[in-house]
Parts: sequence; structure tokens; C-alpha cells
Amino acid sequence: MSEKPLLSVRGLTTEFTTPEGKIARALEDVSFDVMHGQTIGLVGESGSGKTTTLMSLMRLLPAGGRITAGRVMFNDTNLLSLTEREMRDYRWKSMAIVFQGAMNALNPVMKVGDQIHEAIMLHNLMDEDAAEKRVRDLLEMVGIARTRRDQYPHQYSGGMRQRAMIAMALACAPDLLFADEPTTALDVMIQAQVLQLLKEIQKALGLAIVLVTHDLGVVAEVCDSVVVMYGGKVAEYGTADHIYNEAQHPYTQKLLEAFPDVTKPGDTLASIPGTPPRLTNLPPGCRFEPRCHVKVAKCSQVNPPLLEVSPKHYVSCILREGAEADLR
Amino acid sequence: MTQTPMLEVRGLFKYFPVHQALLGSLTRRAHSSVKAVDDVSFALGHGEVLAVVGESGCGKTTIARTLIGLETPTNGEIVFDGKAVGARAKQPHISLKQLRQRAQMIFQDPYESLNPRATIFEIVAEPLVVHGMIKDRRERIAAVKSALEDAGLRPAEDYFMRYPHELSGGQRQRVVIASAMVLQPELLIADEPVSMLDVSIRAEILNLLRDLRQRRGISIVFITHDLSTVAYFADRIAVMYLGRIVEIGPAREVLKSPQHPYTKALISVAPVPNPRLRRERVILQGETPNPINLPTGCRFHPRCPVAIDICKVNDPQLIELSAGHQAACLLLTK
Amino acid sequence: MGEHWTLFLRNIQEFWRTFRQNKLGMVGGFLVLVATLTAIFAPALTSYDASEIIRDSNNRALTFAPPSVHGILGTDDAGHDVWSQLVYGARISLVVGFMAGFIAMFVGSALGIVAGYFGGKIDSLIMRITDVLLVIPDLPLMLVLVATIRQMELKISPLVVLIIVIGLLYWTSTARLIRSQVLTVKERQFVARARAIGAGHWHIIRKHILPQLMPLIVTNTVLILSTAILIESGLAFLGLGDPTRPSWGTMLNFAFDRSAISNGAWWFYLPPGIAILWVSLGCILLGNVLEEMLNPRLTAHHLEGEAGMIAIAEAESKG
Repeated sequence: MSEKPLLSVRGLTTEFTTPEGKIARALEDVSFDVMHGQTIGLVGESGSGKTTTLMSLMRLLPAGGRITAGRVMFNDTNLLSLTEREMRDYRWKSMAIVFQGAMNALNPVMKVGDQIHEAIMLHNLMDEDAAEKRVRDLLEMVGIARTRRDQYPHQYSGGMRQRAMIAMALACAPDLLFADEPTTALDVMIQAQVLQLLKEIQKALGLAIVLVTHDLGVVAEVCDSVVVMYGGKVAEYGTADHIYNEAQHPYTQKLLEAFPDVTKPGDTLASIPGTPPRLTNLPPGCRFEPRCHVKVAKCSQVNPPLLEVSPKHYVSCILREGAEADLR
Repeated sequence: MTQTPMLEVRGLFKYFPVHQALLGSLTRRAHSSVKAVDDVSFALGHGEVLAVVGESGCGKTTIARTLIGLETPTNGEIVFDGKAVGARAKQPHISLKQLRQRAQMIFQDPYESLNPRATIFEIVAEPLVVHGMIKDRRERIAAVKSALEDAGLRPAEDYFMRYPHELSGGQRQRVVIASAMVLQPELLIADEPVSMLDVSIRAEILNLLRDLRQRRGISIVFITHDLSTVAYFADRIAVMYLGRIVEIGPAREVLKSPQHPYTKALISVAPVPNPRLRRERVILQGETPNPINLPTGCRFHPRCPVAIDICKVNDPQLIELSAGHQAACLLLTK
Repeated sequence: MGEHWTLFLRNIQEFWRTFRQNKLGMVGGFLVLVATLTAIFAPALTSYDASEIIRDSNNRALTFAPPSVHGILGTDDAGHDVWSQLVYGARISLVVGFMAGFIAMFVGSALGIVAGYFGGKIDSLIMRITDVLLVIPDLPLMLVLVATIRQMELKISPLVVLIIVIGLLYWTSTARLIRSQVLTVKERQFVARARAIGAGHWHIIRKHILPQLMPLIVTNTVLILSTAILIESGLAFLGLGDPTRPSWGTMLNFAFDRSAISNGAWWFYLPPGIAILWVSLGCILLGNVLEEMLNPRLTAHHLEGEAGMIAIAEAESKG
């Protein structure tokens, strides 16, 4: 990789201990790069590890969770080797997050503007007046009239609350924005507005965005590269074009076929029988083997590594192109 | 059409009174209301799938709930198989209880629509119990078993004694479908049946519904906000905006050549799973206004990209553009 | 049906497995169990009758004999064996407490369900009654009621009077609690689904509302039991018990009336006090633990991310 990435994740492995003492491997050997000013999509179903990936990168894992292996380089710093205090400095200032269902995360009895103001004052050395000016600039940037600064969250619509949360995430001018299902609970039109906003902000600020979603359509609209996750592992990783037009992992292929396309009415939808694996009880070989339609005997024994099949296109399947040697 | 339609809705209105704040109720000002459904008419043929599409607040869920009698219409008529629902004064009529034996509803959230303390057997057998049908134990077990198996839960016996929280979202929605199908209804009202499910499971449920429709020939009213799922199996589409149908017609025609500016915008923002096909999108600004104080004239004009002056004054009616394809826009002429 | 039976056993086993891990709950359960067993097996635990007068070698009544002189807990002012009174008193205290508690629970749940489910005028009426009962001070009201009923000489046992009065005055908190719970349950989608299927009110209440309330009702009953036992003790202490069938409260009443304290006869007044504490503490511990266990239902949602999935996985591995 010629250009130096902003964030480079290598071999990230995260485990949870359940209250009963069982180990759940939520992430295994997750690797990808986030380039400056680029949008990368983390796609997967429930339990695929996409949210855990975000939480691991921010080092905000809930109790019982810990990172057991891997490296997360942010520019030249390994985030995993920082102390909690140093890490706190990175959060929000260098990398900010818009949480899933964020529009419900606003404090209902505090003015929206005050909440953004608070976020700035908590982290920055800016004085009150400068912070106030920033609040108004941020609101304008996300398309909220300055006059609504002193309104309360219940006076905002869902879409506007989501915008306010994005403004709050941008408060300290981060280099990297994590967005966890930012459009899931929104109507299609509002969803389109929010995605457009993210694109505009990215252009204006040169921000890198990691978009976590289960919606392949959203990813196709805005992402430059895509990480498809399944059962806590990266199934396939490449540019958007690789994923949507040259998918090699059977899971990616099926997922695409299962997505209804408004431009092709009446098409049959492929379905993937079975359910995703339980993280406390993972299959010994490939995670997808129990549901795979092209599996061979070896799939149940070998846990396939993520290997490059063409420049910047990685697949973890022993049936990938040019992998005949693995089968013997 | 010479044949009586499965379902006919004539001039349906549903207004919800707004609870005024304390001051308002003291001063006894005129009560305002949420005009959730505001003069909607449509018909559904036997074995037909009609998709009702729109954003939240457009009244589509209220229509679904009104059809099955969970809400009482403020005005208008619902005619099921030629019989007026609940209208005792009219002949012929059909009672709500009789209607609910022949029409069933599937709710959006499979995590919420199953009683957490009932077993799957109890849930699926419940419609039989309620309507006092198939009293024989062995026959009842057989009916539940075949309903579960038709819904793709095999072997059915494995599920009988389990609780909803032991099942995945997709399995739960299958249970909901099994329970809806156990009475062999003629009409199914599905309110966003897949919007809470993962993509791979969504496809399975849609395939299941399509399959049931083909095998049993049941009619389906399919409520959704997602045009891409509609494209998949609806025969006709009704697009709603603020309590009204703004466009209705054969699915392919509406999707290929939408006439109403709102439909055009909706189709343009539907995500397409291919980055090579990123299209020009018509993103409407602002959000759906609240249905308490409706805009004057055409209710879409404040957000309409092509609105002209008369749109603020005249309220357009649905006009027939081609066979069965109607839209309500002042800019359209036959 | 055999399957139902296995399902029931499975639920009980699951319940026991979780319950066992909770120390406070185990303590509470132990306290209540011991008291209940004592009441049931009272005759086997003592060789004296509660009203039997113990006599010394001179055939004089052995009054205020300390435990070192007679039996386990000595004797009272009239020479009755205190231990026997205590174990037989357990019967009276627990029966009155349990019966009154169950009446309160039954009336409260029924009225709460009706008020919450049907709403409207019926709801207003029931809630106004609870308001009235809540503002009247309980103790004076009960004193007056019990005394008045006794005056009428209806030939009802004083214990039954106590049971009815306590039971019919202590349902208000249950009714309010149940009503508020019904208000949330009836808005849930599975209730709408039941209506859409064509189910009637009775069916919906019985099959969909009641099962969701059971944990609350069970918990509340256990807590009400403790209140009922305490109230019974209070009333009996004030002399409203049945003197021929003494409960723990009556024993305390006797002890105070007959100057046990000035005589230093601690074995006469301490044991019933401790017994009351024992049972009510047991009920409260048990009730709190049940509340903790039964209320938060495991409802992990699929969009909650992996942590939720792990929770589901756990729940599945338990089942």
C-alpha cells in the first residue's frame, strides 16, 4: 500500500467473558485500512462484529470485553498501547463517534446548543465565546438554522436530532468519524439527507468516515471501500467496486443477491438458510461453512485467513480465485 | 371489474383528536386533530398484492390498523368481499369477529408481537381457540404443525414447547406468519413485516410470503416504507403522503415511470446495491409536515421541486393517466 | 399433557438455578420456610399445650420461670410454657397474615386489572377509592372497624374479623401497581395482535395480560404478607387479637400487660418479637430477590449489536 493510511487495523481480536465464564470470540484477526478523506463501510448482520470493531477501536468495550491481540495504528501511534488517560485525549478530538440510535441520546432537558457547547468545552481549550461561535458554525454546517440553537431536543424532528448529533461529533474537529448505523431508524428521504450531509462534510473537512451498517444499499451509495464481516471475522475487504461487482466470498455474493433492487422489480431474492453462528460456540472451520452453498469438506476444518486476491481485494475463503493449492 | 373485490375502501378518514395542553383545555378552544388518513379509497382484487408505500406519518400503519378494526374509522366504509364491515345498518354486512376470522394481520416487530410467556404452540393455536375452531386435540395439533411447517419451521414439534425469546428474529416472524395462516385467511395485512430483520433473513420472509400467496392465492395488503421490497412482489403500489394516496397503479409501471413528483423522489433515493449505478438523486428538503395543520392546496407543495403557484391553492384529485394508473398532481393531464 | 409437565419442570429448574445463586434470597427463603414448618409441625415441637399450666413439685403454678428452670423458654405469668405458646402462636400469626395477604393481593390485582384494562369511568371510580383509603390513617381506621364489628356480636371469630379488615384495607398499593403495569402491557403489540385475531376481553386478560403480571403479583404478595403479619401483630398487641388463641402479637400484649418487663422476664417478650422480625424479614428479603429475578425480562434486540447477541447466546445455552 503506497499511501500511508490514517488508521490501520491489523489482526484485531476481541473476546468477551460471559457472566457464566464462557469465552465469546467477538472479533478475530480483523484487518483493514482507513485512508485520509475516505469512507469505508463495515457491513454485516447482527452479531457479525461490526459494532464490536468500533468499540474496540475507540477502546470503549463494555465490561467483560477485552482486546487480546492486534494493532491499531492511528497515524504513527498504536492506540492499543496508550494508557486510558492518553486514549481519552484521542477520543472526540481525533476520532469521534455517532452512536446507533444517537438521536435518542440527547439530554431531553438541556438545550441542543448547550449540549454541543458542553462537548466543546469538555475537550478544548477554547474560551466560552469562541466555543459559542463554534456551536453556531457547527449547526449551520449540518443544516440546522442558528435560531434553533436554544431549542430542546423534543422540538427537533428525528432527522434534525441526528444532524445535531453529527454536529456534536464534529465539535472538536476530529480526523476520523465513526458512524454506527446512522440512518437505520430514519425514513428513506431523511436517510438520503443524512448521507448527503455526511458526504458534504467529508468534502469540506477532509474527514475519514467509518460507516457501520447492515444496509448494503447505503454502503453502495457512499463508501469507497467496504469490509464485509461475518461471525466476527472479515469475510471480504476491497473497494466498493470489488465488493459489488467482483465479490468472491460466497457470503458476500449471497448477501448481494438477497438485497432487493428497486431497479429490477420482480427479481427473485436469494436467501441464506440458517442463522449466524453463536459467538460462544463458533464452528471449528470457516465461520460461514454451516450456511455456505459451495462448501467443500475442508471448509469445516480450516479457518481460512484473509488473503489478497488482487490489489486491495482481500477474501477469507479457501475457494477464492487462484487458491487451488489450498484445496490439496 | 365485474367480480366483487376482496377488499374495498371507500372514502376512509381517520382523525385522532389531539390532547390539548392544560391551558388549551381550560380555554376550551376548538379541538384540533391529527389527520392520519384523509379520504383514502382503493380496492384490492382476489389474490392481489397491493403495497402501500410512504414515509412515517403518512398514515399507512393507521390504514392497516383500521382495516382489521384496531381503529374505528372516523368516516368511510370498508367492504370485505362485498360485505360492509361492522356496519349493522347495511346489508350485507360482516361483523368484526367474522372479518378477523378471514383476514389476519402481521405486525412489524417480531420481538414485540409475540406474548413472551406463551409457548409457540399456544401462540399458533390461539386463533383456533379464539374462534372455537378445530376443537379436536389431535386435529388441532395437526393444524398447528402444518402451519408451522408451511412457514418454514421444521420439524414443527421442536418448536411447540419453546418460548419466543428462544428464537431468532426471523424465526419469530415465521411464527407470526404461521399464526396468521392457521385460520387459512383470504386476506393478509402485513405491516412492515421485514423492516426489523437482517437482510439475509428479510429475503427469506419475503420469499415465504410470496410462496404462500402463490400456493394459497391470498390477497395481501403490504405496508412498507421500502420501495425495493415492494418492487419484489407487489402487483400494485399505492404511494401515500400525509394521509392521502398520491399515486396508485401497477407496480412495474409506477416504478418504471412514476408520475407524481413525490413518487419520483422516493424512487430516486431508494438505495441501489451497486456503486457503478449511483444515480442522480432527488433529495427533498425538510421533513413531512405534521398532519395536524396540513398545508393549503396540494399538501406536497411546500417540498415539491416542481411546484407552481396554483399548487398552493388547489387540492389535486387522483386522475387516471392510463389503465389503473392514477396520480394526484395538478401538473398532470390525461 | 406430558409435554406441559416437562416444560413446567424445566421452568422450575431454571428458576431454582438462578435463585440458588442469590444468597439473600436463600436466607429469606430459609427464614420463611422455618417459620412455616414450625407452624405446621407445632404439636411435634413441644410436649405442652399452649394453655397448659406448668406446676412445680408443690403443685403450685410455676410463674415467670426462666429457661434454666423450665423448658426451652421458661414460663409466663400464669405458668404457661412460652415455647409452646410461640410455636402455636406461629400458626395464628401466619394464618392471619397469609389469609389477609392473599385477600389483599386478590382484591388488589382484580381491581387493578379492571381499572387498567378498561379505563374510563370504572378506572376513575377504583382509583378514587384507593385515594380515599390512602389518605385515611390505617391504624385508627382498623381499630375502629375491628372494635365496631366486635360490638355487633356477629359470632365471627375475632381472627376472621382481623383477616377481613386487613385484607380489605391493604389492597390499594397492589391495585395501583398492577394498574400501572396493565397500562403498559395493554399497549404492547402482542395485545394488539390478539385483538386483531378476534380475541375478546376475557381471553386477552387471561392469556396475555395476566401472565405478564404474574411476577409482579407473586413479588407483591410476598411483600404484602410481611405487612399483613406486622399489622396483625400490631392489632393483637393493642388487644384486638383472640385471647383464647394467642398469636405472637397477643403474646407481646400479655407480656406488657402482665409486667414481664419489670419482672425481668425477657424470655416472655423477646421470643415473639424476634419471631415477628424473623418472618417479616424473611418475606422482605424473599420479595426483593424475586422482584430482581422476575422483572427484567431478557429481551435482547437484534440491532443492539454483539453484546446483545452474546446475551441471547447465553439465554439459549441455558435453555
